[in-house]
Amino acid sequence: MKIGVLAVQGDFALHEKTLHALGVETIQVRKPEHLDGCSGLIMPGGESTTFVKLLKEVDLFDALKQFGREKVIFGTCAGLITLAHEIVNYPLETLDLIQIQVARNAYGRQIDSFIDTVQVKTGDTAFEVEGVFIRAPKIVEVGEGTQAIGFRGDEIVMAENEHILVATFHPELTDDTRIHNYFLQKVKQMQ
Amino acid sequence: MLQDKDYKIKVGLAEMLKGGVIMDVTNAEQAKIAEDAGAVAVMALERIPADIRAQGGVARMSDPALIKEIQKAVSIPVMAKVRIGHFAEAQILEALGIDFIDESEVLTPADEEYHIDKHQFKIPFVCGCRDLGEAMRRIAEGAALIRTKGEAGTGNIVEAVRHMRKVQREIKHITTLGDEELVMYAKQTGAPLEIIRYVKENGKLPVPNFAAGGIATPADASLMMQLGAEAVFVGSGIFKSEDPPKRAKAIVMATTHYMDFDLIARVSEGLREPMKGIDVSKLEEEERMATRGW
Repeated sequence: MKIGVLAVQGDFALHEKTLHALGVETIQVRKPEHLDGCSGLIMPGGESTTFVKLLKEVDLFDALKQFGREKVIFGTCAGLITLAHEIVNYPLETLDLIQIQVARNAYGRQIDSFIDTVQVKTGDTAFEVEGVFIRAPKIVEVGEGTQAIGFRGDEIVMAENEHILVATFHPELTDDTRIHNYFLQKVKQMQ
Repeated sequence: MLQDKDYKIKVGLAEMLKGGVIMDVTNAEQAKIAEDAGAVAVMALERIPADIRAQGGVARMSDPALIKEIQKAVSIPVMAKVRIGHFAEAQILEALGIDFIDESEVLTPADEEYHIDKHQFKIPFVCGCRDLGEAMRRIAEGAALIRTKGEAGTGNIVEAVRHMRKVQREIKHITTLGDEELVMYAKQTGAPLEIIRYVKENGKLPVPNFAAGGIATPADASLMMQLGAEAVFVGSGIFKSEDPPKRAKAIVMATTHYMDFDLIARVSEGLREPMKGIDVSKLEEEERMATRGW
């Protein structure tokens, strides 16, 4: 199994490091042809405005839209924003692959970045992880066909549908591999 | 120190900037051009390094009104510079909610003995270096991101190349040292053992390592990325050129696709004149910015 990691910009190397720790082969995706043979894709943290511009420049935008209808994509922070249905506070075209409405930089600037405990509840498993929130977005609404699976108090910080998994925080900034493992199981189910 | 939560949050933002371009801007309009070109962050300053060089005088932190105007204009992170050792300027920038502080040799140093104790701040700092010892000393003081100094405001890449090669060469050297050699290495460089150990075990700095100082073309960006930079700062190179929006976009493309030479050739076409540039070997010793800081 080979997992693509979107590498147009952002902390893609940390996602690769986590996947390598789980014994998974990765490829850096910068152009549409890099998606060939990938069973799943991770869209990292970074700047969503930069992502969308670079995706459009090399026809990756439409290729990812198609990929996300057939395979599994996991997006963290800027990756989540790019996958969302709509951004409520900034005009940016998104991939619209998961029915969530998001607010960018919803907690404020870097001085408002923080670490807090996140409860993950998926099907019959529940566990706690350290959530690193960096200039993080908020999921302000979860629409049809989408489940909330991660919580910080009452706040929804992780969600999924059949093909897409998203988190507003950065599991790749910790040594905890459980969320990436959950993504890999989702990929295997789709194969 | 490296495991501390606050430090992790600071380095976390630096990680998010990787593979990107951070552009110097002097007003809201330039900041918008930078954001539209795909910059991952902007550096708000009153004068770009080339003008500081030309005009002389004491270069200080920018006017808070200018910083606020730029913060309002863009949604990407906004950075600003403080003089080396001028912690009060840094405290003011923190109060303004700046996202990243550059303790920069481009401004006139305020303290010729000490850099800022960056652990005292919630905002992450970036600092310049010419070699690995300098990089590790800055990390010891709390820097969450390191960049080469290069020679700012010259449009000449030669010093950035020298500094990046030196850092990479010295990292390789540390990985060959025996444990018994590390304490002596710490004595020689003035860097803490904890950080030297990290570099030995991981073959890299514990924080991202970017390039700065003299980048003026898409090819310059590709060169620095291939030499091991994880992102690039472009100071005077964009807004001192003839067609800033086009050049800004081309440098962003070349940074992402730094090994795709067909693509870099295509985006390098018809960019019109780059900044004129300066032969660094013709600079007098006191005109060099890279030698500020220790």
